[in-house]
Amino acid sequence: MKKILALVLSAILVLGMFVGCGSDSNEVDVPEIKGMSKSPIDTVELTVDYEVPGTFKIGFICLHDENSTYDLNFLNAVDTIQKTLKLSDSQVIVKTNVPEGDECYVAAKDLVDSGCNIIFANSFGHEDFMIKAAKEFPDVQFCHATGTKAHTENLKNYHNAFASIYEGRYLAGVAAGMKLNEMIADGKFTAEEAKIGYVGAFTYAEVISGYTSFYLGAKSVCPTVTMDVQFTGSWYDAPKEKNAAEALIAKGCKLISQHADSMGAPGACEKAGIPNVSYNGSTYDSCYETFIISSAINWAPYYNYIIGSYVKGEEIAADWCGGIAEGSVVLTGINQDVAAEGTFDAIKKAVEDIKNGTIKVFATKNFTVEGKELTTYLADVDTDAAFTPDTEVIADGYFHESEYRSAPCFDLRIDGITLLNQEF
Amino acid sequence: MSLFGLHIVKREPMSWYKNMFVRAVAIIASLILSAVVITLLTNKNPLQIYASMFDGVFGSDLRIWSMAQNVAILLCISLAVTPAFKMRFWNCGAEGQVLIGGLANVSVMMFLGDKLTYPVLIIVMILASVAAGIIWAVIPAIFKAIWNTNETLFTLMMNYVAIQLVAFFLKYFVKNGSGVLTPMEEYGLPVIGHSYVLNIITVAVLTVLVYIYLKRTKQGYEISVVGESENTAKYIGINVKKVIIRTLVVSGAICGIAGLLLVGGTNHTISTTTVDGRGFTAIMVSWLAKFNPVFMIFTSFLIVFLQNGANQVSTDFRLPSAISDIITGIILFFIIGCEFFLQYKIVASKSGKENN
Repeated sequence: MKKILALVLSAILVLGMFVGCGSDSNEVDVPEIKGMSKSPIDTVELTVDYEVPGTFKIGFICLHDENSTYDLNFLNAVDTIQKTLKLSDSQVIVKTNVPEGDECYVAAKDLVDSGCNIIFANSFGHEDFMIKAAKEFPDVQFCHATGTKAHTENLKNYHNAFASIYEGRYLAGVAAGMKLNEMIADGKFTAEEAKIGYVGAFTYAEVISGYTSFYLGAKSVCPTVTMDVQFTGSWYDAPKEKNAAEALIAKGCKLISQHADSMGAPGACEKAGIPNVSYNGSTYDSCYETFIISSAINWAPYYNYIIGSYVKGEEIAADWCGGIAEGSVVLTGINQDVAAEGTFDAIKKAVEDIKNGTIKVFATKNFTVEGKELTTYLADVDTDAAFTPDTEVIADGYFHESEYRSAPCFDLRIDGITLLNQEF
Repeated sequence: MSLFGLHIVKREPMSWYKNMFVRAVAIIASLILSAVVITLLTNKNPLQIYASMFDGVFGSDLRIWSMAQNVAILLCISLAVTPAFKMRFWNCGAEGQVLIGGLANVSVMMFLGDKLTYPVLIIVMILASVAAGIIWAVIPAIFKAIWNTNETLFTLMMNYVAIQLVAFFLKYFVKNGSGVLTPMEEYGLPVIGHSYVLNIITVAVLTVLVYIYLKRTKQGYEISVVGESENTAKYIGINVKKVIIRTLVVSGAICGIAGLLLVGGTNHTISTTTVDGRGFTAIMVSWLAKFNPVFMIFTSFLIVFLQNGANQVSTDFRLPSAISDIITGIILFFIIGCEFFLQYKIVASKSGKENN
């Protein structure tokens, strides 16, 4: 009898919760929501000057699935290119949740078996297994995002790709700096207290290049800004990213951004009411009270490039790095309820300045390392077992990012940014 | 236990064909329910979905090899946890024991690869992996035997230590900070014919050995007795502490071999996710097979079939992987549920005057 009573009571409780929720949301006053603006970067339409034969097939290998913001960004581009080229579902094969091990090699071979002409993999750790498959199947083109070895492997059918996302990060940084300025002007904290928190995955060039350009963008409008970086040691770990963001907020960071692939950091910001500049795409839908803007790589232009090259019988470049002009570097719209007044115009102007070369993100006059401006730096561009620096990357007053290979190689620790943990 | 006048009682053992019949009914029921769920959620034809699962597992030579390899690795880890579980030592640390075996293996490749001749290198790799697996398993065993610490928590914690050690060494091995170690294929285990053949043969031999060890040796008998009742074991003169430690040495050694096969035999590199949760899946494989190594061939096949099949479904129909997880969940729920009903039955209590 007691049990029945308990069951009935718990049923009432559960029902009550639903009813409660319903009435709550009805009572809240809805403030005027201005919502998202359009993107400060004009959309670049894909130009298709070729006809895809019905026998053509392309395969995609993704590390995670649509739950990871990183992979979702690739999958969205797959949808875009499939619609643009009017490819049938059997012409586009997508494998998700493929680990960075032998499984990637098996997945690539399976795609070859299925008749794919081009195989694309999206995670850094897939590279060696893609190269292994590329050597075995010289007639199939293997394209890999974020990898570093194509220009030294000298395989005709293995290619790397990236985007000059540091420019997008810089632009997103401008939005962050303007938000800090607004909060300083509102008397929320002093100019000296303006500190950004950044959740990074690994102490790897791709991450370092990202947070440094983001910081430089913020600094271009808010000169007193400093930044703390907390690493998670994982590309995708929601609890770790959430904890890192919370720790940064507790340390007095006024704004958070991240280079890690889960909703951990944006979610923590939304809970704490701390503004967030996101990556890989908009997190507005679940974080509309704190989301400002997000930079992302749009992979559709690269997909268009490789499919076009293959169909036309042209060679695919060993390294391909798309920028703003190609439509590879994109920004989401700006959340006008959170971003500072005038953010849209400030970014729009910075976009023009980057396009006409007035702004070089990594201009050596903009940053110092241990108090000194750099005039020379050897970066590790060609991957070898000992990771020896091999290429001079500073010339004409700026660091030549993504020019000698598509993947970022900026790994300087510049002044103003504190790395809280370097274990990863 | 009594709820709504219903009552759970233990069954008399049933004949084997009756058991098989109940299991078959359970699987068919699970397929029907899955079909309903698939149709409601996705509007796809469930028969096509099942066809796609079969295609993902048996569709090509490559897929069959891949399935056999996955079964071999999962079975190997399941064999490792079985002696401990049979002894009712809840070893939830296979994940870490395999990983640490792999880490030892990768370290040998890294530092001794170019210093030793190939045959010596292979021997050192085997010894290092097995030793590392044993150390990781025997630490909680010693604490359990001497101070009666909780082995479930202890082995779970050891997993995290192993994962963090791998992260630490990756940072140390890979100076550019990417956390991705280039595979060292030249130092891998020898390839006999197809690259998975060695793994499959090794695990096949291990299956027979573990079967004999558990069913036909004095030590295997001692494990059963300690598992049934520690007091009985003590009463008949079995040194329980010794049995606990010795069994976990066996368990850890097999985990070390799994690490060797995964790293030295397959990936030739390591990451924190190399074991990919199989240390925990192995527990289910072992339980479902009632700790019988031969049945474990079927249960590990079942799990791999569901996983590989579900992946193919995601690919063929562009469904979110959650849908495949739901199908896998429903099928496993029925299978585990039917094992329960093979041992127990529900009867209506007669006005609270039931006995039993």
